[in-house]
Amino acid sequence: MLTEKILFYVFAAILIFAASMVVTVRHSVRAALFLVLAFFTAAGLWLMLHAEFLAIVLVLVYVGAVMVLFLFVVMSVDLDQGRLREGFGRHMPVGLLVAGVVIAEMVSILSIDQLAIVAPESATVAVNNVEAVGQLLYRQYIYPVEIASVILLVGIIAAISMTLRGRRQSRYIAPAEQLAANKRDRLRVVDLREPASTDSSAESKGDDN
Amino acid sequence: MSDIKTICSIIAFAPLVGAILAGMGGRIIGRAGAHTVTIAGVGISCLLSIRLLMDLLATTATGEPVVYNETLYTWLESGGLTLQIGFLIDQLSATMMVVVTFVSLMVHVYTIGYMRDDPGYQRFFSYISLFTFAMLMLVMANNFVQLFFGWEGVGLVSYLLIGFWYTRDSAIFANMKAFLVNRVGDMGMVLGIAAVAYLFGSLDFATVFADPAAHSETTFQILNGEPWSAITVTCVLLFIGAMAKSAQFPLHVWLPDSMEGPTPISALIHAATMVTAGIFLLARTSPLFELSETALSFVMIIGAITALFMGFLGIVQNDIKRVIAYSTLSQLGYMTVALGASAYAAGIFHLTTHAFFKALLFLAAGSVIIAMHHEQDMRKMGGLRKYMPITYLTCLIGTLALVGFPGLAGFFSKDAIIEAVKYSELPGADFAYLAVLAGVFVTSLYSFRLLFLVFHGKERMDDHTREHLHETPLVVTGPLMALAVPSVVIGALAIEPMLFGNFFGDSIFVLPGHDVLQGLQSHWHGALQFALHGFTQIPFLLMLAGLAAAWVLYRQKPELPGLFTDKLAWLHRVLLNKYYLDDFNQTVFAGGLRGIGQFFWRIGDVALIDGLLVNGSARAVGAFAGVLRHIQTGYLYHYAFAMMIGLMVLMSMLWFVIQ
Amino acid sequence: MVTLADFLVLSAILFAISALGIFINRKNLIVLLMCVELMLLAVNTNFLAFSYFLGDLHGQIFVFFVLTVAAAESSIGLAIIVLLMRNRGSINVQDIHELNG
Repeated sequence: MLTEKILFYVFAAILIFAASMVVTVRHSVRAALFLVLAFFTAAGLWLMLHAEFLAIVLVLVYVGAVMVLFLFVVMSVDLDQGRLREGFGRHMPVGLLVAGVVIAEMVSILSIDQLAIVAPESATVAVNNVEAVGQLLYRQYIYPVEIASVILLVGIIAAISMTLRGRRQSRYIAPAEQLAANKRDRLRVVDLREPASTDSSAESKGDDN
Repeated sequence: MSDIKTICSIIAFAPLVGAILAGMGGRIIGRAGAHTVTIAGVGISCLLSIRLLMDLLATTATGEPVVYNETLYTWLESGGLTLQIGFLIDQLSATMMVVVTFVSLMVHVYTIGYMRDDPGYQRFFSYISLFTFAMLMLVMANNFVQLFFGWEGVGLVSYLLIGFWYTRDSAIFANMKAFLVNRVGDMGMVLGIAAVAYLFGSLDFATVFADPAAHSETTFQILNGEPWSAITVTCVLLFIGAMAKSAQFPLHVWLPDSMEGPTPISALIHAATMVTAGIFLLARTSPLFELSETALSFVMIIGAITALFMGFLGIVQNDIKRVIAYSTLSQLGYMTVALGASAYAAGIFHLTTHAFFKALLFLAAGSVIIAMHHEQDMRKMGGLRKYMPITYLTCLIGTLALVGFPGLAGFFSKDAIIEAVKYSELPGADFAYLAVLAGVFVTSLYSFRLLFLVFHGKERMDDHTREHLHETPLVVTGPLMALAVPSVVIGALAIEPMLFGNFFGDSIFVLPGHDVLQGLQSHWHGALQFALHGFTQIPFLLMLAGLAAAWVLYRQKPELPGLFTDKLAWLHRVLLNKYYLDDFNQTVFAGGLRGIGQFFWRIGDVALIDGLLVNGSARAVGAFAGVLRHIQTGYLYHYAFAMMIGLMVLMSMLWFVIQ
Repeated sequence: MVTLADFLVLSAILFAISALGIFINRKNLIVLLMCVELMLLAVNTNFLAFSYFLGDLHGQIFVFFVLTVAAAESSIGLAIIVLLMRNRGSINVQDIHELNG
């Protein structure tokens, strides 16, 4: 029991530290890496809650996929860190106040006796968690699972279609350009009356350039 | 009688077919075709109507009158209300049908001559046939809705025909006026029908009249005031409808103006048939009216006012048709008085005789107008007797019938009314009696004034007109002669069965206490006796007085009327201006309504609804949003802050609740 | 013994930290997204804690769906960021206020 408690506090401390670093570090890349740390520790905590399946999903999907995506985006876009951190210190007091009030209120709500529940001894341990979750998901929640899969599909398609910059398939006209055109751009009046030999050589040179 | 359904349908729809053929196919079938089909249609109707009346009278004589009441077609059913097209053929409607189709037929024939050179020839025939159809639907109806259909139908055709010469401003004004005044009455009519439907749960005549007394105690609460007798309210509303259609004071104002229409129309619609629709309605609904003495009294007083005061106006008119129009108003007043006195039979009797002799007078006037090249001012006529003897003779017959010369049609019906009113005991009967008596003198005065001014005395027309003066062709004089016959004999022939016999059977209902004709019957010794007796009565003396006055004023001393006009200038002015009723309507109702309309348009619609409510609410939302949108900075973090702060507030609330 | 309240307080602190992160990193869209991910993590931890301590497996199912949607959300969010970067050359929140009133 004590090990469990120690484990919880260690994980909790790391999680809070990682979260704090996510919101305060200067570089987005570092923030993303601290977020990875936070996810790992959260996965550890979830394991303590006997949610093995979800803990592994968190690591695989979030750390493995989503956070990689984050890092990819952060690194591929050119960020002006200085401007992005404008007002960082100025808003710190307000943010701290809000955070403090939120924590205080939540804790005061949570400190009621009903919530001091101890884990049931063998409520969920008996069955294999993955199997139990699978039973629920694919029996009772089969339609929501289907909907979730459609949501993911939509997400994929949306993300791709938004960022895809393929070759234009259709011919089109640009009215703005057409309107902006004037005679001088399209028509060049060449004086052909006295083709002096020196001038013509200069002109041909200019064309080559 | 087995095929009576077919007969009724043919009677009603033959004129409609004629109207459609002449109206839609007028170009193809031409002028001759148009008058042939319409006259054929109306002629068939007329013959069948006469046959129907004969059959009915034959069965009435046996004591077992066969009243036909059947539904042709169910139009719609809604809730407990069934609207049907059906025919009710009893003695009342059969009489009306004969009168309508006969006069209509005469007018059709006459029109051939009168409208000969008019470009709207086919249109005119189409209209008058359509009118005949609508009028037949009205009188043959076995329920209120169909009656109302016919009622509006004749109103529509009347509107179309008053404005027949639609390029004249005065005609357009007159038909608009007729239409609007009739709308006022129709509102009463519709409300009355609604009251009937509400009260009896049915609009079928047979159902409504089965036991109206059951509702004699029912009351309506109007405007939270005193309880009103439901029957009285219903009857007065129906009578308001009749007032407009039958041109009773104060809704009579459209009738004199309607003389803008062609003369055959004045004869057919505005003298003989349509204007009597109101009389017919009251006779038809007699079981209701009998239950309300208040309504009867109201009817009688309105009729008396119309009978007397409209007669006065006839004296000062110079337009030949307007004189006859005012005479029509006055005679309609007589009929209404008769209805008010519960002498429905006398009212319908007068309606019948009046239809003949008034149509005769109008057609005679039309004949004069043709001869005078459409000059209608009597001051420019005179001495026409020797130029147009047939017209003169028939017009004389019509005039004598109108003034009630003993022996002619008008005498019997009018005297019967006067006697009936004498026996009536309703409130207002005394006034009505005096009014109808005085009306006899007035009628005589303006009628003979017309006769003297037009046919006697100096020839006041210009030379060009005089050279072309001659008797009108046979198509014009033929109907005159045909109408002159019933104008003479119908009274003597019909008075006994109609007033005292069992002519109307059950179609007219009179309470025993109201039966004024009973009193008349006790002195009845036959038509000849009645006529001879008439020579010694007050009405005859009054008639003679009127004749004498007209003789003196317009034959012996033509300068006297001018003298009167000067001496009694104010009276003359009042009469010329028709008691200022038109001006009153123009300024108060028309002007007032236009003012109210302007007010509601400017203030209500433009300012309040459009300005304040519609655009105002849009502007208010816009202004509010204009203030509110400053909060919407578009910066993501502002929204995030708002969410955070909202969360905080929510949690604080939760926290307080738990604490 | 670790109680339910311990886990709940932990996730409350985690949530508050991410809220603070939203306040102070108000210009950097990527970090904002990361803060949202952290918030979701806190919420998920809550679900799992309740699930475990109340012996009800349905909480885990909920977390499963939250993860699914969050993955989709972050992928689209990142796609939007890439688009913004490409079209405007900046992901500064200060520059994105086309929707202001």
